[in-house]
Amino acid sequence: MPVLCSSCSEKRAVLKRPKTGHSLCKECFFGAFEEEVHQTIVAAKLFKPGETVGVAASGGKDSTVLAHVMKLLNERHGYGLRLMLISVDEGITGYRDDSLETVKRNQQQYELPLKIVSYEELYGWTMDAIVRQVGLKNNCTFCGVFRRQALDRGAIMLKVDKICTGHNADDVAETVLMNVLRGDIARLRRCTAISTASEGDGVVPRCKPLKYAYEKEIVLYAYFKKLDYFSTECIYSPNAYRGHARTFLKDLESIRPSSIMDVIHSGENLSVREGVKMPVQGTCSRCGYISSQALCKSCVLLEGLNRGLPKLGIGKHHRLHEKILSQQPLTESEQRKLKSVDF
Amino acid sequence: MAAPVAVHLEFGQIFFWWGGVCNVNLCVWFAGDMKQLLVWIQQNLLKERPELFVQGDTVRPGILVLINDADWELMGQLDYQLEDRDNIVFISTLHGG
Repeated sequence: MPVLCSSCSEKRAVLKRPKTGHSLCKECFFGAFEEEVHQTIVAAKLFKPGETVGVAASGGKDSTVLAHVMKLLNERHGYGLRLMLISVDEGITGYRDDSLETVKRNQQQYELPLKIVSYEELYGWTMDAIVRQVGLKNNCTFCGVFRRQALDRGAIMLKVDKICTGHNADDVAETVLMNVLRGDIARLRRCTAISTASEGDGVVPRCKPLKYAYEKEIVLYAYFKKLDYFSTECIYSPNAYRGHARTFLKDLESIRPSSIMDVIHSGENLSVREGVKMPVQGTCSRCGYISSQALCKSCVLLEGLNRGLPKLGIGKHHRLHEKILSQQPLTESEQRKLKSVDF
Repeated sequence: MAAPVAVHLEFGQIFFWWGGVCNVNLCVWFAGDMKQLLVWIQQNLLKERPELFVQGDTVRPGILVLINDADWELMGQLDYQLEDRDNIVFISTLHGG
């Protein structure tokens, strides 16, 4: 016996929304989903008319839905935005090259300009080459750091005013949990922000219009709308720390679907005790990017790769930054510690 | 035991990619409910790493199940009795976006 939509009471319900518990038909679901993203954008004042916005697109489910919904809402509500797609090619054979084909199709489907920036041209290293040197344990650190900068570089090349990414509610909740588990107070304080302010040269402000959208709803939206997206897991991700937070969160969600929003809510309302030492924002002495250390993470990681010292960016070696900057040679025991990699 | 009915199973691309399922689209004769179907899938279709698909009695959290294009939560989940020409789709949410 089919369940009727609780909104229109006419059509058959196709899903039960985890957020509200309501059963909705396809059309009412699309309407509710799109309206909620619109409300998120309006309430947080994410965009101003006339702005050029770069949609970070990977060809995956979140960014495909983001591109689709941004285009739709821009037209429906007259945001007055000029939209573009920015994609990052990390150089992962069998994963990224396939998903980039999807982005190129998206470009034609949504009729938006597309810019692809690659690690190869920006850093001289593909993820394949990085994993060959670094192994499978800390490779995600490299990728995440490099991608952040790569997106900014792409955005600057395209002269966009803002970037928007497809991070969803599950992602944000996972990040809150990860930062609690790792004791990263500085990140814990920042990670639930829906947008970042412009923090200096070379950094473009970015926001997350899908911040309150459940991953389950994003997948179902894409499925029912028959959106073209690429769905496999990055081949280098199995050991990523985030996987643990994700598994935990998914188990919680199956017992209590509102957990995801509740974790975000907790993260948003945390305040840090007085007297806790917080990193101070400065700039990298080498490349000028924002950094809380003398050298930004990207430069440190790159230095490590180029010198055959893969562990240079992993763990805490801040004392060595000064040495690297002034081009002093490292002692033998320092070199040995930084070289060792467990595969 | 009810008479077997024709059931169409569809797996999202990612299940094939894991090396778990070798057929992403197939029709089977089956009699029973979803719980029994999952057992059947585990025994007959999952080549390796069944833990990526099933957890205990049910699918791994993060995997969505649609019965005739509707969320199985609306149909009784594991207790749903399969009917003739039912279309079951398994979609994963557990990958990058």
